Amino acid sequence: MAVYIVKRFAMMIATIFIIATLTFFLMHAIPGSPFDEERTSNPTIQANLEKFYKLDQPVIVQYGHYLKSVATFDFGPSIKKPNETVNSLLKRGFPISAELGLITILVAVLSGITLGTFAALRHNGIIDYMAMAFAVVGISVPNFVLATLLIQQLAVNWQILPPATWSSPMHMILPTLALATGPTAIIARLTRSSMLEVLTQDYMKMARAKGLSPARIVLRHALRNALMPVVTIMGTMLAGILTGTFVIEKIFAIPGMGKYFVDSINNRDYPVIMGTTVFYSAFLVFMLFLVDIVYGFLDPRIKLHKKEGDA
Amino acid sequence: MVNHQQNVNVPDEWFKPKGADLDQAESVVRPSLSYWKDAWRRLRKNKLAMGGLIFLVLLTLFAVFAPILSPHNIETTQYANQNQPPSATHWFGTDEKGWDVFTRTWYGARVSLFVGVAAALIDFFIGIIYGGISGYKGGRTDSLMMRVIEILYGLPHLLVVILLMVIMGASLTTIIIALTITGWVGMARIVRGQVLQIKNYEFVTASKSFGAKTPRIIRKNLLPNTMGPIIVQMTLTVPSAIFAEAFLSFLGLGIAAPFASWGVMANDALPVILSGHWWRLFFPAFFISMTMFAFNVLGDGMQDALDPKLRG
Repeated sequence: MAVYIVKRFAMMIATIFIIATLTFFLMHAIPGSPFDEERTSNPTIQANLEKFYKLDQPVIVQYGHYLKSVATFDFGPSIKKPNETVNSLLKRGFPISAELGLITILVAVLSGITLGTFAALRHNGIIDYMAMAFAVVGISVPNFVLATLLIQQLAVNWQILPPATWSSPMHMILPTLALATGPTAIIARLTRSSMLEVLTQDYMKMARAKGLSPARIVLRHALRNALMPVVTIMGTMLAGILTGTFVIEKIFAIPGMGKYFVDSINNRDYPVIMGTTVFYSAFLVFMLFLVDIVYGFLDPRIKLHKKEGDA
Repeated sequence: MVNHQQNVNVPDEWFKPKGADLDQAESVVRPSLSYWKDAWRRLRKNKLAMGGLIFLVLLTLFAVFAPILSPHNIETTQYANQNQPPSATHWFGTDEKGWDVFTRTWYGARVSLFVGVAAALIDFFIGIIYGGISGYKGGRTDSLMMRVIEILYGLPHLLVVILLMVIMGASLTTIIIALTITGWVGMARIVRGQVLQIKNYEFVTASKSFGAKTPRIIRKNLLPNTMGPIIVQMTLTVPSAIFAEAFLSFLGLGIAAPFASWGVMANDALPVILSGHWWRLFFPAFFISMTMFAFNVLGDGMQDALDPKLRG
């Protein structure tokens, strides 16, 4: 296990390094300087600006500076927003995005597993059909469409819930709903199919023969085994939710990191794009790492270190 | 049955010994259905998947012909027809530039289908070559190639795509390049897994013992037997590419007017949705969702149909 964790950790660092390098050189491949549209007629100002952002040095030196700043998690100043650094934006925006993401994951995991389990227990029953109909719709409808529909119906037409911002629990319902529906659908489908498989296993008959209560059979014996595929996709799902926050924050005017990121894309604020990409990538890669480790602990059948003759 | 001879008039010459038919002795009793015929037969029974297939065929036909046949011009602004609700002349209404939403929807279908199919095809070719070599060679080559895949797989797909789009500028080509640059990894993994499994089967060994060379084994033995999972993967790549394109357009990284994709149309519709112009969002959103739905049910159906274990 320890060997595996170390190996996996090295892999993670390598991935982050590659992302950081890729981001840097891609950003430098863009023709022109970021100050081109500023029309500074004064060459001294231009030179000072370039000096401030270290753009006057050779690329390889800049790359060195950049790697150092990535290693210390300092992504430098924003070009389009004066007096802001990428870090100050992250500090302000990321907690809100993380909150949205976390609530979404909780909602999606809990409701997805519940839905999938009930669908499997009532296989080919009315609950099963309804849950799967929901799942198919949830997978097919993009979250930005869902978000707009929710705002239009629940917030504008019926005026039950506030349409935008992130200031109270009531404000959180619609964004979470819009973001969580897709993942919920995916988890429900996965849980259902692996649950159906588990329910036919011999040890389920054994559990029933022992006279265990149905609740105990489902929770202790079936679900534990059926949830492995759900753990497997958690990594990719996290990535989906994370990028989903960009869209949801844009629609609901939530002042999270996603909104700053989309803004930075639209006004080509390269340091912010670069910093956010690297930060989010590192975050995601780290999450994937955690998911893999958790997976190793959960499923004893998986031998994480592949040594011959190792039981 | 006792009175058999009395009820039915059976001539004696029917009871001649037939003799062994050596040609037929080895034949299989079941009518020989090829793998593909059999899969098609099973897919046809799946009503949902067939519904999806029919929808996609219709969508393709409309995408090809509707823009040609449409009388409405979407290249110059038509302020006289601004923001009209759906009517007999403008079936899906018009937008704030007076462009016919029906016509634009089918231009959008072209973009979405093109992006989806192109991404799936490119993934297919790169994935087959990379995964095929990795799985067939095995050993050091395989583990080296798999390390590369592992690192690429760890990259956050959409972030890389966003980055590339920012740098290369938004256009149809860049969307496809950006989507495939990380997208082929999934396909390569599937092909490799399949090849790794199948190359040790007896029929491959038999083929080798007859002196078949590597290219022949790959072409005749390995690829046809890996096609099932590959096709399923392709069917599922198309909707995810379509979704990614819509997502990018929605973030403002889509292709420019007057050409539209569904994502661009939905994005443009956002500011006006609260002023009651529901048709602006509804039609692109409906077709994105329906297309995703159709590809997903078709993919699920193909998965069942192409699974040799379910062959009945």
